[in-house]
Amino acid sequence: MALAALDLDQALFEGLCRLGDSTLVLGHRVSEWCGHAPVLEEDIALANVALDLIGQTQMWLGLAGEVEGKGRDADTLAFRRDVWDFRNLLLVERPNGDFGHTLMRQFLFDAWHQPMLKALEGSGDARIAEIAAKAGKEVAYHLERSADLVIRLGDGTTESHQRMQTALDKLWPYTGEMMMADATDQALAGAGIIAAPDSLRPAWDALVGEVLTEATLKPPEGRYMHKGGKQGTHSEHLGHMLTEMQWLQRAYPDAKW
Amino acid sequence: MSSEWPLWEIFIRGQHGLNHRHVGSLHAPDAALAIKHARDVYTRRNEGVSIWVVPSDAITASSPSDKGPLFEPSNAKVYRHPTFFDIPDEVGKM
Amino acid sequence: MYAQMVTSEASNEDPEKLAAFQARIDAGEKIEPKDWMPEGYRKTLIRQIGQHAHSEIVGQLPEGNWITRAPTLERKAILLAKVQDEAGHGLYLYCAAETLGVSRDELTEALLAGKMKYSSIFNYPTLNWADIGAVGWLVDGAAIMNQVPLQRTSFGPYSRAMIRICKEESFHQRQGYDIMMKMAQGTPEQKAMAQDALNRFWYPSLMMFGPSDRDSVHSAQSMAWKIKINTNDELRQKFVDQTVPQAEYLGLTIPDPDLKWNEEKGGYDFSEPDWSEFFEVIKGNGPCNAERMEARQKAWDDGAWFRDGLMAHAKKRAAARVAAE
Repeated sequence: MALAALDLDQALFEGLCRLGDSTLVLGHRVSEWCGHAPVLEEDIALANVALDLIGQTQMWLGLAGEVEGKGRDADTLAFRRDVWDFRNLLLVERPNGDFGHTLMRQFLFDAWHQPMLKALEGSGDARIAEIAAKAGKEVAYHLERSADLVIRLGDGTTESHQRMQTALDKLWPYTGEMMMADATDQALAGAGIIAAPDSLRPAWDALVGEVLTEATLKPPEGRYMHKGGKQGTHSEHLGHMLTEMQWLQRAYPDAKW
Repeated sequence: MSSEWPLWEIFIRGQHGLNHRHVGSLHAPDAALAIKHARDVYTRRNEGVSIWVVPSDAITASSPSDKGPLFEPSNAKVYRHPTFFDIPDEVGKM
Repeated sequence: MYAQMVTSEASNEDPEKLAAFQARIDAGEKIEPKDWMPEGYRKTLIRQIGQHAHSEIVGQLPEGNWITRAPTLERKAILLAKVQDEAGHGLYLYCAAETLGVSRDELTEALLAGKMKYSSIFNYPTLNWADIGAVGWLVDGAAIMNQVPLQRTSFGPYSRAMIRICKEESFHQRQGYDIMMKMAQGTPEQKAMAQDALNRFWYPSLMMFGPSDRDSVHSAQSMAWKIKINTNDELRQKFVDQTVPQAEYLGLTIPDPDLKWNEEKGGYDFSEPDWSEFFEVIKGNGPCNAERMEARQKAWDDGAWFRDGLMAHAKKRAAARVAAE
């Protein structure tokens, strides 16, 4: 029994890192646009999204540190772990590409993030339910915004349509991982802490289908889906991101900032 | 193509029960996006509970040269203000 | 300042109208967009507000340079929020300029074509994390010196934009000083970074106010119109007097051996920055001029399809609505 509790704590730590690392990595990617977006209003809007995601990271990784009980706080987890310890989805570490690619990535993630958080509001772990409720309000707006922009750009000019379709083709194979369960997910779902990832599939399919249709975009034919991010096997891109993100903390490990 | 996004005037209700107040303007392709932009640009510090957006070119303004005839006559109507009337203290609050 | 060396335009209008206009300004009235105004007033304001707006936008870049390397989650969020504010301030200012009959796109194109300027300060690089502290402390500190009095400027939309900006900016300088305190009290390397940042940003910050304008005709006209409130030298002196004790508190040394308190004038004597360097930076030869303009040009060019795509969709929707009626 004691062993089972230990395993569950370990699974919980992993699960929280999956949440916090995904928001951290996506928040970081979105923040790369600051000062470079196509129009001022959009620059400001994107910064709001990034700020929400960074705030959520502080909550998820903060709780992960507590659960782990080894004295690591959110910053230590964010800035002092190496690539193989990161548990974010592969989707969010994809480089920004053009602005359409960034928005498509956001939409595909938001369409999962929002119902996922909604389900977490009913988590058996009160701390998780509380964070999910707060983050859920922010993410509902992210989804409203990204879905709207995908529709508008998909059904805009020939060029904007083409760019959105290209982005969709490139990103599609990274969407399956969100709804794929492994042993950690099963343990957490079994304990009533998270919703089983595949249970989110119908909502995601419906929403994404509806938006893409309105946007006059088509998902690619191929069914192959990349996976591994949730278990720590990442693309080459994450290492470069962490090199940049963690540099000060790594170069001056004794410093307080 | 490159046509600039039109300009919108933004009005925000700061708290429940107050009037919407003009806070500034911004560019957006249409009204729905103007609302979203207004949310992101003008309520970053929790400034609002409701947003109105109006195309800038839909606003008709009074002419500055009419300022005298438009507004000065009301100056003379001092009896519209409660302080015009002296009510004895004994009467109580009124 | 964010608007440096703005040349004012002479006005050749009816002397009676000009006198009446000046009387309104002297009486402290605000000039609103639809009011009669001298052509010179309008043109000078477009140039000044436009330059101010461009400075906010280009000013996103040196600080944005550290968003992805901020050392903690909280520092990352604070910096991002601050750089976002700058985009907002640029937006408010462009809108103020637009009330004078110029569009934001026209102003942007003038910037990219090199026909309009932005503040010299943003052509200096941010090389270590303490630079982010120094920019907030010194650059925002210098900007605030100018922006606080500009809240009283004669042109209504400009004044209202400045009021909003000043309210939002109040946290910017403090966050900069907060970083400097952490660095100055930190490890020897951090302290060295803080001193290095001060060394590099001190003189460029003094340059922000522009060369002495005691004898400038342009400044005299702008001051009469109340679109410039103080002389450059007044503001520079005020900035030095305010900043020196703050540097002392940090235990950092201002890189000026001739800096000393002058009891008689009740302020510090200090060395002038190298004005030949300033003029080179203004001409385009600063350390980062090319990178700054490349970044803005790229954002503008790469974003064209996005702006056009959204506009096209909005037109389709509007047409569909009309057809349905």
